[in-house]
Amino acid sequence: MIKFLFDPDTWQEIYSSIRKNKVRTGITIIGVMWGIFLLVVLLGAAKGIENNFNRLFGDFATNSVFVWAQQTSKPFKGFQEGKGITLKMSDLENIRNEIKGLEFVVPRHQTQALTVNKFKTGTFGIFGDYPVFDKVQKRNLVYGRFINHNDIAEKKKVCVIEEEIYKQLFDKDEFPIGQYIKINDINYNVIGMYKEGQIGSGGPQGNIHIPFTTFQQVYNRGDSVGWMMITGKPGFDITQIEADVKLLLKTLHKVHPEDDRAFGSFNLGDIFKKVTEFLLGMQFLTWFVGIATLIAGVFAIGNILLITVKERTKEIGIRRALGAKPWEIKRQIILESVFLTSIAGALGIISGGVVLMIIDATLGQGEERFLTNPTVDIPVIIIAAITLVVLGTLIGLIPAHTAVSIRPIEALREE
Amino acid sequence: MIRIEKLHKSYPIGKGSLHVLKGLDLHIKEGEFVAIMGSSGSGKSTLLNIVGLLDGHDTGKYYLNGQLIENLDEKKAAILRNKFLGFVFQSFNLINYKSALENVALPLYYQGVGRKERQRIALQYLDKVGLKDRAEHLPSELSGGEKQRVAIARALVTNPKVVLADEPTGALDSATTHSVMELLKEINREGMTVFVITHEEDVAAETDRIVRLKDGVIISDEKVNKKVNA
Repeated sequence: MIKFLFDPDTWQEIYSSIRKNKVRTGITIIGVMWGIFLLVVLLGAAKGIENNFNRLFGDFATNSVFVWAQQTSKPFKGFQEGKGITLKMSDLENIRNEIKGLEFVVPRHQTQALTVNKFKTGTFGIFGDYPVFDKVQKRNLVYGRFINHNDIAEKKKVCVIEEEIYKQLFDKDEFPIGQYIKINDINYNVIGMYKEGQIGSGGPQGNIHIPFTTFQQVYNRGDSVGWMMITGKPGFDITQIEADVKLLLKTLHKVHPEDDRAFGSFNLGDIFKKVTEFLLGMQFLTWFVGIATLIAGVFAIGNILLITVKERTKEIGIRRALGAKPWEIKRQIILESVFLTSIAGALGIISGGVVLMIIDATLGQGEERFLTNPTVDIPVIIIAAITLVVLGTLIGLIPAHTAVSIRPIEALREE
Repeated sequence: MIRIEKLHKSYPIGKGSLHVLKGLDLHIKEGEFVAIMGSSGSGKSTLLNIVGLLDGHDTGKYYLNGQLIENLDEKKAAILRNKFLGFVFQSFNLINYKSALENVALPLYYQGVGRKERQRIALQYLDKVGLKDRAEHLPSELSGGEKQRVAIARALVTNPKVVLADEPTGALDSATTHSVMELLKEINREGMTVFVITHEEDVAAETDRIVRLKDGVIISDEKVNKKVNA
């Protein structure tokens, strides 16, 4: 078999057979090529969208839920409807103690404030945060550090700013760390600068983070909590946690158990799951379309070989009269099939790769891009290539069988 | 070399069957030059196909080179054909996209002979049929007589035991017919068993022995009285 594969005669046979049907062979190759091309491009694009999604959400703990207090919509235990509720630090303690599967419970405060640095000003979102916030929503620090426990304990006037804010408040080559900026006429020492991912949690211009305790004091919030971020441990259902937390809060704040408006929440895990499911569906569709097209292409190759074999019936008869064993005829045709599918597959993979490069160079650049690094995994390519060769072999069996099932005597008689 | 005993062959036609060969007995010794004659439908082609291992027989016995032929599958038949038999056809049956040399070398390819060796032997046989200078020509560039010479060279290249020729001159004019028959005679003189099927009396007359078939039975089997050439 090895000798057969490296025999120049083998390839000469294939070459002359292909040369005889140039146009048909070309069209058939395009059929298979198109299939694998589609598969590569679609998978790459799907991967690119998935990558982009991960890039956007990558900084978030995705199994998290945000909870805040609103007003009641049902009277309960003597209270009228429309009672305002304020979350307290003690609520967090209770949530941590009562509910299972929690990873972090992070209290936050937020407001907007005029921020001044010398002659430059801007209005930005101001957030009161604990150091643990960095674990839930990763701050990618360019310079300096995030808020630490010391800042919290001593209620330090320090802040961590976003890069956009730095650009607005500072001169181009100024180093922000150690400088003072004024937020609501109070000086804060800049201790860190970070770069926001695509999806910001605050205003469009980025956020300023100050210690939670400092926020409480400066803005006179007492023991209250603006809202909280809760993340679940892996394996715990965030939707269940969301329901449990809200029920517990209703009990703590004497709210009717069926009052759905008293506490607001935003389940990031839910959203994330939906998008993931969508991406999965898209990948499935891609595979389906790609493989279906591939199969169609391979059948086209089987078809052309069948026609070729019919046309060469007499030649095959001659060869057999001269002593060609059936297997020798068969393997020639199968090799032809595998050769055609492989060439087509290679062309498809290459052209698919080129198109992905073009997509990456045009659509995959810039902050507003909707796909990132569209690629196809090497194992996927290998599987596709193997599938092609296997399909090529299988489909080659049909014409090969036809070729040897005609008795040589009948083949010779054919004019 | 070829021994046939009580050979029967019938083909199914619709619901019934057509009895083509009705108990043939034939013995061809090594080195003989035999012509099988008969009109169309006499069974001569069927006989050649069976002798050539292109078709099986129903009952009776067939010995090729002393070997009883039975239960042949395609693979074994192919090996035996390649080893013992050389074919010459009426319509030449050359492969039209291969040069004369490659056509002659083809049976050796199926014997697993290396490329260089193959071409050397093929060229030798082309030289023997006087077409060495046409080695690189395609069949379409050759005349009918030349094509048949190439086909004969191809039949000989494996050094077979028997050359089977099916109407080898059927597509040729009388002048080339004569030269092809001369070539076959020469091959026979060198010791090759040659088995010719024909319906032309003058072609048969060039052989040593004529077997006449009619309706699936042998009606005569006689030596040709050699005209002693002056």
